Amino acid sequence: MRQEIRIAGFGGQGVVLAGYVLGKALALYAGREAVMTQSHGPEARGGASSADLVVSEGPIAYPFVQQPDILVALSQEAYTKFRPSAKPEALILIDQDLVKSQEGDHVYVIPATQLAEDLGRRIVANVVMLGYFTAVTGLVDPGSMIKALETSVKAKTLPLNMSAFHTGLEYQVDLENKVAMGRTS
Amino acid sequence: MMDDLRVLTGKHFMNGDEACAEGALAAGCTFFGGYPITPSTEIAEHLARRLPEVDSVFIQMEDELGSMAAILGASAAGARSMTATSGPGLSLMMENLGLAVMLEIPCVVVDVQRGSPSTGLPTMPGQSDVMQARWGSHGDYEIVAYSPWSAQEMFDLTILAFNIADRYRTPVLILGDEVVGHMIERVVIPPKEQIDHWGRKRPKEPDNGRYEPFKVEDADLVPPMVHAGEGYRVHFTGLTHDERGYPDMSAKTHHQLVTRLVNKIRNNADQIIRTEGYYLDDAQILVVAYGCTARSAQRAVREARQKGIQVGLLRLISLWPFPEALFQELAEKVDTIIVAEMNLGQMSREIQRVTGRPVRGVFHAGGEMIPPESILEAIREAAA
Amino acid sequence: MTAVKVADEHPLDAIIRADRMPHIWCPGCGIGIVMRCYAQAILDSQVPVDQHVVISGIGCSGRVAGYMNIDSYHTTHGRAIPFALGMKLAKPELMTTVFSGDGDLVAIGGNHLIHAARRNVDINVICVNNFNYGMTGGQVGPTTPQGARGTTAPYGNPELPFNLPYLLSASGANFVARWTTIHVRQIREDILYAFTRPGFTFIEVLAPCPVGFGKLNNIEDGLEEMELYRQRCVRVRDGDVRGDDLNIDLREDKPIYVGRFADRDRPPYEPVKVEVK
Repeated sequence: MRQEIRIAGFGGQGVVLAGYVLGKALALYAGREAVMTQSHGPEARGGASSADLVVSEGPIAYPFVQQPDILVALSQEAYTKFRPSAKPEALILIDQDLVKSQEGDHVYVIPATQLAEDLGRRIVANVVMLGYFTAVTGLVDPGSMIKALETSVKAKTLPLNMSAFHTGLEYQVDLENKVAMGRTS
Repeated sequence: MMDDLRVLTGKHFMNGDEACAEGALAAGCTFFGGYPITPSTEIAEHLARRLPEVDSVFIQMEDELGSMAAILGASAAGARSMTATSGPGLSLMMENLGLAVMLEIPCVVVDVQRGSPSTGLPTMPGQSDVMQARWGSHGDYEIVAYSPWSAQEMFDLTILAFNIADRYRTPVLILGDEVVGHMIERVVIPPKEQIDHWGRKRPKEPDNGRYEPFKVEDADLVPPMVHAGEGYRVHFTGLTHDERGYPDMSAKTHHQLVTRLVNKIRNNADQIIRTEGYYLDDAQILVVAYGCTARSAQRAVREARQKGIQVGLLRLISLWPFPEALFQELAEKVDTIIVAEMNLGQMSREIQRVTGRPVRGVFHAGGEMIPPESILEAIREAAA
Repeated sequence: MTAVKVADEHPLDAIIRADRMPHIWCPGCGIGIVMRCYAQAILDSQVPVDQHVVISGIGCSGRVAGYMNIDSYHTTHGRAIPFALGMKLAKPELMTTVFSGDGDLVAIGGNHLIHAARRNVDINVICVNNFNYGMTGGQVGPTTPQGARGTTAPYGNPELPFNLPYLLSASGANFVARWTTIHVRQIREDILYAFTRPGFTFIEVLAPCPVGFGKLNNIEDGLEEMELYRQRCVRVRDGDVRGDDLNIDLREDKPIYVGRFADRDRPPYEPVKVEVK
């Protein structure tokens, strides 16, 4: 089954790295196909930026995200800009301190930036979110994500990134709302 | 150790531009001269970091005219050399591309196509350099061009491009596009010993300055290549030249030379051409596409097949030389030919010419990939 | 009619492609003099002949590549320098010399010229300056003095010319010299010297073009232009003449400064090398 994921935030929040790590985990370690694209136009500078992933069991022909099944929003602007293009029933993950979602959304929330600050660096909020994404969606196993992290971040930042990933992974998921994605089809 | 650094055997998650650069390294490229231009810049950036690690030259030139001249000089001295650019830069390289044809200097020119003409859409895709690639330099000549559709093929076809360039002493173009250049996918780099390296045909020992560097003795019409500094005392000139390499301003020599240069590619076209077919056996509708557009076409064809439409896809992996015989054969079998391309009908015109058949075009001037739905719609209309 | 005795041998036979003679140059042309100096310098150099490579662009001076019996590359208009750069960097043991004219190197190839000098890439450039485009028949170019006539400037050249020693010194070349075709010994010596100097070297040689330039500018023939050189040339010492004083206008009775204008040790361009642990 083809699934489309968009990870969005403002410049500097590391959404491209987050998309890259997730895509790498899926394509190299989790036995899935994954293609990542990003917007390279002038509109990609400042404002809301995003990393898009198409994930599938088989080869991916059309590489672009058309209607995300999963939207991760790390900023209000990103949420406002990208929510309309996502599926109405899309799974949405947000940083609860930075994003207010609209009513009726199927939302999972985590104070990713606050948790990152508690770890000492707000810059790893993206990786906290990746951990949370892994737990919420079940799309990718933690082991694959850890391998992707190990081969994608600078060695000296790895311990911090691992802590961030585990913080997100172990953050309590509201079981009432948990929907297993990706494993069901 | 050096070889380990050249060939990063393993699985990678990288974009097409980086894969192209890694392909160049794996192919043994020792010289890159280029000028930054979106959306090819990542190739230069990647090689700026990687070539110095393997005792090879990266130089950022003052413009694309200089880039093209520099890679020819390097190749004439024996290096496997490459440059990378996009439409505006390709325009500037055209004169020296002709020099490469005339002097029979192998080189690889990567064009990551963007929306054109002129400055166009620097950060968005196009496929409108297809005919410039074919005819952009003045004069009669044949060119070789490959059109990758994935990051993996940016790697694979770059290696093939170096091999074809060396074997036939010709410039070879990689006509990528912004989608394929920037898209990040899995790229598998094989072990070093599994990477083909064909090399150049080399001359016999120098014979006291009497060597005739453009004398052809083999059926492939390719003369052995002498490199600078080997003692043959050769002369290479962009003027019409005889077998000694000396200028010869005669109609007879000119006709002989240009005919050989053209036939060198035409006669070996079967060795150069690469295509891939899907569901072609019983197809009544033929879809033709290349580069990133072939991905949309593949999905459209798959979906149409699920609806019971007898449609097949021919993906052109090489664009030039054009697979004329294959098209003539296919044209006999199918009712309709649909061509999808991110321009307003460049390859479709060639297909019409060769098949003598009208072609349904799914055209877009560029800026975004043609969506599968547009191609599916054309298939449905053709099937109705 | 007197019987003409053709010499069986010439001292430069080993290095000139005798089978390509006669050359294309007009009577009175100065290019052959400069080529002879280059040929002699190759023979006198410590570098084996087969390591010498000559690269030319397009134009009368560009034909030198075709007459030298060494590895020789006659490239496209203006692009001899980047071609030579690629060759040198790919095979550093080559002694790489660009031999071309002012129109080729300074007009259409001007950008490559200043950037190669800025990089200080280790190639030698010999620039024959005859103040016009000779091969196409006497058009004005970037070295034509203001007011001088050319077939594309029938009322006189409206533009100001480049002054090459000034341009090349400012651009960063390690070695910059100017001579004229009467200075055969100095040309040969400075070419030899340039072979020994790392980095970018540039030797301008003023040369008569009686058919293209002289005819339209009241310089009767090659000999008359040589006579002008003899009368007016002033040798600079230690680059003591600079800037606009180096401008040349053969129609004015003022000094033509020749000699060495830069001789310095800026580091030559080296490709980046990285040791990977």
